[in-house]
Amino acid sequence: MSAKEILTGAEALIRSLEMENVETMFGLPGGCILPAYDPLLKSSIRHILVRHEQGAGHMAQGYAHVTGRPGVAMVTSGPAATNMVTPLCDAFMDSIPMVCITGQVATTAIGTDAFQECDTIGITRSVTKHNELIMRAEDIPMAVRQAFHIATTGRPGPVLLDVPKDILINTMEWNWPTDEEVLAALPGYRTVTEGDPKQIKAAAKLLLSSERPVLYLGGGVLKARAAEAVRELAEMLQAPVVTTLMARGAFPDNHPLCYGMPGMHGTATAITAMQKADLLCALGARFDDRVTGKIAGFAPEAKIIHVDIDPAEQGKVRKPDVPLTGDCRVIVEEIIKAIKELQAAGTAQVDITPWRSRVNGWREQFPLVYEPSEPGARLKPQFCLERLRDLAPEGTIVCAGVGQHQMWTSLYWEFNEPYTWVNSGGLGTMGFSVPAAIGAKAGQPNKTVWAIDGDGCFQMTAQELVTATTEGIHVKIAILNNTYLGMVRQWQEMFYGERYSEVDLSGCPDFVKWAEAMGCVGIRVESPEEIDAAIERANSINDRSVVIEFRVEEFEKVFPMVPAGAANDDVLLHPMQESRREFLK
Amino acid sequence: MSTLNTNNPYGDSHKHHILSVIVQNRPGVLARVSGLFARRGYNIYSLAVAPSYDPDFSRITMVVDISATPLEQIVQQLFKLIDVVEITELDPRHSVEREMLMASIQVEGDRRAQVVDLAGIYEAKVLDVGSASLTISLDDTPEKLDDFEELLRGYGIVESQRTGRVALPKLEREAPKGVTKGKAS
Repeated sequence: MSAKEILTGAEALIRSLEMENVETMFGLPGGCILPAYDPLLKSSIRHILVRHEQGAGHMAQGYAHVTGRPGVAMVTSGPAATNMVTPLCDAFMDSIPMVCITGQVATTAIGTDAFQECDTIGITRSVTKHNELIMRAEDIPMAVRQAFHIATTGRPGPVLLDVPKDILINTMEWNWPTDEEVLAALPGYRTVTEGDPKQIKAAAKLLLSSERPVLYLGGGVLKARAAEAVRELAEMLQAPVVTTLMARGAFPDNHPLCYGMPGMHGTATAITAMQKADLLCALGARFDDRVTGKIAGFAPEAKIIHVDIDPAEQGKVRKPDVPLTGDCRVIVEEIIKAIKELQAAGTAQVDITPWRSRVNGWREQFPLVYEPSEPGARLKPQFCLERLRDLAPEGTIVCAGVGQHQMWTSLYWEFNEPYTWVNSGGLGTMGFSVPAAIGAKAGQPNKTVWAIDGDGCFQMTAQELVTATTEGIHVKIAILNNTYLGMVRQWQEMFYGERYSEVDLSGCPDFVKWAEAMGCVGIRVESPEEIDAAIERANSINDRSVVIEFRVEEFEKVFPMVPAGAANDDVLLHPMQESRREFLK
Repeated sequence: MSTLNTNNPYGDSHKHHILSVIVQNRPGVLARVSGLFARRGYNIYSLAVAPSYDPDFSRITMVVDISATPLEQIVQQLFKLIDVVEITELDPRHSVEREMLMASIQVEGDRRAQVVDLAGIYEAKVLDVGSASLTISLDDTPEKLDDFEELLRGYGIVESQRTGRVALPKLEREAPKGVTKGKAS
């Protein structure tokens, strides 16, 4: 690259993405972004053409989650930008690194209500970690470098670059800013890595002296690549571990110290262990309302160690006794070192075996249960999931939409490896799973990717299976079709006196025909004896995407459940277990 | 911004803190700051913004209401904005503050002389004179402005505008409280 190379803004944009090692991006062209799609023809970047811009965003998220690299999406202005708002917000809530490029009307037309103009920067300001309108072609390389830096460092998140059409057409002298120049241009952005040594020591002491500790793992453990360090900490303390919805797989489910997911639909053991703990060591977790239940009644006796890279999370919900701001992996490693030093100096850990046996007692008393289906009745969704889980190839990546099927998947799947679980946690975006699965498969082409979906979710984004077919990205979709907006139906049954309002989805469509129309293999499963054969067939097909529709029981409910606004102590157990409630002491 | 105060907006001082925020002087920064406050339900009582001595940076002086949200949380959330470079919490005891008030008062005859007297006492300026009204300005501490405004009210304020306070730390006595620099994520 000579110093005097003259490029168009569009060429500079695509080259900047190549310089950032982008291999795959997701998008859909349109008027204002047109210039950027021309140099893409000659680029090394693989562009995956979606059928709806929301799909591009969720694909970028799925890709980011399973690869640890930022997901990239590019779309045009106006309606394309507004279609991107949901994935941006989803990525913001779940701290997914993502860079989104939107076209914008020419700088001379901005503010005139031009065709396909919208205030993308204004609209996306509150759903991005940062966004920027680029006003000069020569600023493109710096803007792209900053976007990737901001998206991937500190607490990861989505960054949007809005590029007017004339800026893409104008020429510039190619320049690639150095790291120093990038940092100098961001005087207000510095990330913290290491924890305060005093607090590290305080955390180590607290962990050794607590009688009832629980390690409360959030999605930050995965973002920080901290799973190994966390495992070492858990094993050295022999402390119970719970993994939130965003942290499933951060600690192996088959590990004896793992007690599964806490929260609104968590296991009775995980919920109760947190409630009775005298120490919660929160690692990359944010005390989300779906985990804490009524905050006044949450873990009333617990002291809190809070490890988070975002200083604003400290004390946002629950005041920590030991706040530790920094990178979760670095801090956990520092805590391990501090514990070893304390032990070498003669401080022994308090005996927590009584606590462990108490927690194990709950696990024995309150396993996940459901009533098997009656002969001739519709399938139990939990049984379908157990079979999908047991027949899945090693290392399978699982994606979910939002609702009952998501909770059942999180509860019934066994996540033994990090980055094998992709779902929409904070925003709760129905329709997430199909595009997220395609993005995940694009990022990990050698792994099997199963999307577990609901019939409601599937109907929101199913068209992206056309993308999967045309791009040759073969995913497997299991629709747990209960012909209802199941979670809403469950709430109407339990909290609205069984008055079902606008939740019945029965009648349409024919999912098998729909799958076939999109170039996929479609399979319908209606009786238990068909289940294994269908799953095995799906697992053996590698040249097309497969959709299995499981016709499942309409009125099955997710248990346990902490009703909205209730304290976690008031968790509703499965009706088969309610009589044993007294054991949850 | 969300709360409109009719009298003595700064009276409940224990619930109000002054933040002096240095931001990169770029388009949209004010929208980011005010958007954050709106989105998280924080209250701003007043806000003044202008370029600082270095034209690359602007200083925003804001008085925030901390009755509903702890100051720490407001500061940390503000710091997440990429364009926010430095936040200083100004303790009124260790800072100098100024605010300006402009007011038009309907006065005739003897009463006009009384108002001009009052202006003299407070070292206010008469900016404009009409046949039956005066426009006066005063820059002073917010408390002085409160007093002056209260006295003028007796004469009939037609229109008035306050700028919101600007503040800087006092020099070479005590370090300003709670300076947080370059800590965002």
